Amino acid sequence: MHKKPIKYSVFSLFKNALSYHENWQPVWRSPAPKTEYDAIIIGGGGHGLTTAYYLAKNHGLTKIAVVEKGWIGLGNTGRNTTIIRSNYLWDQSARLYDHALKLWEGMSQELNFNVMFSQRGVMNVAHNLHDVRELKRRWHANRLNDIDCEWLNTKQVKEFCPIINTSPNIRYPVLGATLQRRAGTARHDAVAWGYARGADAMGVDIIQNCEVTGINVQNGNVTGIETTKGRINSNRIGVVAAGHSSVIANMVGIRLPIESRPLQALVSEPVKPILDTVVMSNTIHAYVSQSDKGELVIGAGTDGYTSYTQRGGFNIVEDTIMAVVELFPLFSRMKMLRHWGGIVDICPDASPIISKTHIKGLYFNCGWGTGGFKATPGSGWVFAHTIANDQPHILNAPFNINRFSSGELVDEHGAAAVAH
Amino acid sequence: MFLINCPYCGEREQAEFSCGGEAHIVRPKNPPELTDDQWSEYLFMRKNIKGIQFERWNHSNGCRRWFNVARNTATDEILKIYNMGEKPPNISGDALDTPSGEPEIGSGNISTTYTKK
Repeated sequence: MHKKPIKYSVFSLFKNALSYHENWQPVWRSPAPKTEYDAIIIGGGGHGLTTAYYLAKNHGLTKIAVVEKGWIGLGNTGRNTTIIRSNYLWDQSARLYDHALKLWEGMSQELNFNVMFSQRGVMNVAHNLHDVRELKRRWHANRLNDIDCEWLNTKQVKEFCPIINTSPNIRYPVLGATLQRRAGTARHDAVAWGYARGADAMGVDIIQNCEVTGINVQNGNVTGIETTKGRINSNRIGVVAAGHSSVIANMVGIRLPIESRPLQALVSEPVKPILDTVVMSNTIHAYVSQSDKGELVIGAGTDGYTSYTQRGGFNIVEDTIMAVVELFPLFSRMKMLRHWGGIVDICPDASPIISKTHIKGLYFNCGWGTGGFKATPGSGWVFAHTIANDQPHILNAPFNINRFSSGELVDEHGAAAVAH
Repeated sequence: MFLINCPYCGEREQAEFSCGGEAHIVRPKNPPELTDDQWSEYLFMRKNIKGIQFERWNHSNGCRRWFNVARNTATDEILKIYNMGEKPPNISGDALDTPSGEPEIGSGNISTTYTKK
């Protein structure tokens, strides 16, 4: 075992200030892969790193590798709009996402790494009678599941978020909103780095720029992987490859109900604090928040075709901007600075797959689609349990791949805050 | 964002079209005899290929007619457009070197050279 990273505190900050901050050390190693591991995680995004972290922390596995094609946290972990909430309609989803939200609440302390988790509230706005009924239904469902949720009428929406346009004369007037006060945002990069640092301190090998080219299976048991850095053996392999899950599944002939599509987001020029909450609207398809840097962070919809190109159509961006400007006319002259796409793995029921497969020792955690970031710690927690015990945690049992045969779908299309 | 050459209307923006997903999935001829797994296969399971994918498109904001497209999903390059009911074309050229087809260091967008027909 290597030496533990220094604990971050006001004292370490002061000490390093004396040397002009030039002596901070890397917080995870870049080891060469060993020939064998107790478990290998394919994919070094947030979900993969949390899986490795909880395998080491909760289940005592010591020889773990995270194998990443590029650099950790540069896929969808670094491309999302950082919104965290748990106000899902169905019981199965509500439990899974609220478990994750509880882990977010203690994350910075647990990791000794500031992930800038900010419980600024998430407001889901209703624009017509159907929205009002649908959101009120979700409000009641949330409360039955012990998830905090409030209903705000138009006047209360205006009080909570004064810059929103509540004029009754706009095309889609604001008729009310649900509000989850425990929801909010976090710094997405810090989540990957914090968990990488924590996992590395427990001996997890994080192997970057190492592409998986094959999975070895013998007599129905997984035996290891082939990579661009050679063969690595393990009889437990967890695949957390997001948009590329189907690429990995095709190596072993596993069929997945997933389609990978571009999902775009964009940020504006930074401005002084103007929006202190997250505003989402399903009907006009807009969601917007303001980062600590001052940029407006705006999420668009998915493009309507499968693609791995990490870019999408401008018409999608235009639709989203139109919606944002209608809700917030004062943003109409802001300039957009950056715009990008991520490849999201979408399931037919818009719920994830966290499951064993017919190959013993091979597990898949995928299908998070457009909303995986908020689940990062919870996903790793239940997936680590699934890998360590060869059976699902009670929270991810409903998210078995067999649900597509049995019909027990967890249909969160539209029931989630924004349908894609 | 790309252009699609509609066989009936000519080249138009992709935004005018709707993608109907993977092509050449045949509806089972004997529905009552199918097991749950077979239904699941037909309804939900998709190849989701990185590389050349055969898919259906509809010019929904134009002539509203359907046709098939062979598109490289790693680059969005369209290699061939052919009629509904036709067999998928053979497309030669360099396939992706590795499963991701991305550069050795880092990740990102890529281009490959398939021969257009």
